[in-house]
Amino acid sequence: MRFEAQVEVTHLPGVLDPQGATVERALPALGYTNVSAVRIGKSIRLVIDAESEAAARAQVEEMCERILANPVIEAYTIDLQVLADA
Amino acid sequence: MGARVGVVVFPGTNCELDVVHAVEHLGGTGALVWHGDRTVAGFDALVVPGGFAHGDYLRTGAIARFSPVMDAVRDFAAAGGPVVGICNGFQVLTEAGLLPGALQKNARLKFRCDTVVCRVETGRSVLTHGVEVGTELRLPINHFEGNYTCDAETLERLRAEDRVVLRYVDNPNGSVDDIAGVSNEGGNVVGLMPHPERASEMILGSDDGAVLLTALLQASVSSLSGSLPRA
Repeated sequence: MRFEAQVEVTHLPGVLDPQGATVERALPALGYTNVSAVRIGKSIRLVIDAESEAAARAQVEEMCERILANPVIEAYTIDLQVLADA
Repeated sequence: MGARVGVVVFPGTNCELDVVHAVEHLGGTGALVWHGDRTVAGFDALVVPGGFAHGDYLRTGAIARFSPVMDAVRDFAAAGGPVVGICNGFQVLTEAGLLPGALQKNARLKFRCDTVVCRVETGRSVLTHGVEVGTELRLPINHFEGNYTCDAETLERLRAEDRVVLRYVDNPNGSVDDIAGVSNEGGNVVGLMPHPERASEMILGSDDGAVLLTALLQASVSSLSGSLPRA
């Protein structure tokens, strides 16, 4: 089966997010004074062939732990969609 | 005999020749080690220099960590060999798990290119052995991602085990506890954001970095790294 995975990498709660903090400080200058909790992360999309959704998810999780995210400062979420059979 | 220092080069590394020059100026010999090499045999010490290894894609050091040479670097470090990561090299060593914590974007997203004052916090590392604790050194920094981050537990351990090697006197990047450099448990692996090689002779404006590099060269040939006091 073929899946598309969308991985979203964000800072762990409690870890300062310098990009989010800077954008949050910039928004009021444009008149958006009602915005808070801005967080900036990465979005990674990839296509993966695997025997099952569980197998695909396990492999993407492993990739997240090893390279796509740095578990010391980052958290990740994985969203899997089935693509047409390869 | 002068220490033989291997300087690891990834695609995108750009401080390797500065390090070789500084090492040779201080009486050692330096040679480049390509990231695709699988051995670091014949060296007394390794330096992972600054630059943008693999373009810093994904995260600084994230791809470099998987370069073939890193297995050899890991073995060399595990055997007690001195390994120093400077700037991008520090980022590579944290990603590789040879040093704790991580380096993320500077507070307020400021790229910092400056000379800063750093205080030597321990003599229990290959980079500061024999250097008096409290010595203040003027060293150049040149980075966007030097904001040292670790969880509270790790920070507590670093302090308790005397593994904070250098602190900024005036924190330029938001690093937790003003940390500019840390070591592993054994004191033989050190990472720091400042560039000692760029302050290794007076023509560069400061030779304070020579204090650190000289300590490294001495530690490398006296097999001192194997006998550093354990925490």
